[in-house]
Amino acid sequence: MNIPQDKTGEGGVIITKLDDLLNWARLTSLFPMGFGLACCAIEMMGAYASGYDLDRFGIIPRASPRQSDVMIVAGTVTFKMADRVRRLYEQMPEPRYVISMGSCSNCGGPYWEHGYHVVKGVDRIIPVDVYVPGCPPRPEALIGGFLRLQEIIRQETIREPRAVQQIMARRMGNMEAKKEETGVANKELAADDQAGPEMNDTQLPTS
Amino acid sequence: MTFGEIKDFIAAQFGAEVIVSEHTDNLQPYLVLQSERLAEVCLELHDNEATYFDFLSSVTGIDNGPEAGTMEVVYNLYSIPYNHHLMLKVIVPRNSTPAEPIPAIPTVSHIWRTADWQEREIFDLVGILFNDHPDMRRILCAADWEGHPLRKDYKLQDYYHGIKVPYDNHNEYSGFRGEPVKLTSHEDPFTDKREKPEA
Repeated sequence: MNIPQDKTGEGGVIITKLDDLLNWARLTSLFPMGFGLACCAIEMMGAYASGYDLDRFGIIPRASPRQSDVMIVAGTVTFKMADRVRRLYEQMPEPRYVISMGSCSNCGGPYWEHGYHVVKGVDRIIPVDVYVPGCPPRPEALIGGFLRLQEIIRQETIREPRAVQQIMARRMGNMEAKKEETGVANKELAADDQAGPEMNDTQLPTS
Repeated sequence: MTFGEIKDFIAAQFGAEVIVSEHTDNLQPYLVLQSERLAEVCLELHDNEATYFDFLSSVTGIDNGPEAGTMEVVYNLYSIPYNHHLMLKVIVPRNSTPAEPIPAIPTVSHIWRTADWQEREIFDLVGILFNDHPDMRRILCAADWEGHPLRKDYKLQDYYHGIKVPYDNHNEYSGFRGEPVKLTSHEDPFTDKREKPEA
């Protein structure tokens, strides 16, 4: 019997970059941590369930931070919960990603001014890769966030891991900011306002 | 029993001085009681077969603000077998600075178990202490939170466990800062490999 081997790929050879292979493996088996905080978690569960079926993207919730790749912060992060969120993030192994789902975890949402109990954005606790807007976002929006995250992962490389890239990006940003500062000083355009507060990045060496 | 009958009942049992004032011009009339004698009046209202207020619908703490200088706790009682209601209120002076001791009134949690957590919530959010309460801790805010958030003169603390608390132009200074700079990557990750018609 003549089996068309060029179709099944059986016994064939695939040549690819190790980067692409690793990225493909990572972005097609994103395991989020089974973890929800408020009404956004209901939408997240809807996205997991048969109607939207995140499983077709290889996205299956895991019950342990040790075995998960991505944390979906789905809901209002209170100060009481903040310590727990941070600890769960620290328990996740690298490479790890964070999707901030919904207005509350993006920036505090409806509690931004008078909500004494709400952390005004989960990025005050942990670094966030993708922000999904909405109150709550529909499952389609969460899926869109995952596609965006896959795009981010697709651009990674093992020669320069993301942590190194972030440090390099911060250094480049600092250098640009310094250039701007000196340029402004040369032209003697001392702007009296719009001086933002000191950022943490300035503490990094800028050699 | 009508409101007037209940009032006469309390006055007969404990003396007229236990009722500080009564307000009947509202839709829901209420009695203001002496705060230190609240628990014994409530126990009698609960136990006596004539009143039998077996259900505490709600306990509410109110801060009237620094100008008024008072705080209130409102008790809504209900008798399931008789189907009659009673609203009781105690008014206590308010501490104006955190250094002063917060106001205290007797607990009713030994009479109605539902008062246990409600009094803890009032303590947490408004800052009224309930004497002889079995477990007077915060219930909603974190245990090391500063201040009582539903007070009129409440000010947010600046940091909690190293996290900045106020919003303070969050998006401008601490939020999303734009896409990260990509150093090594291909330009277009989704190249369209389909054949296109010649233009």
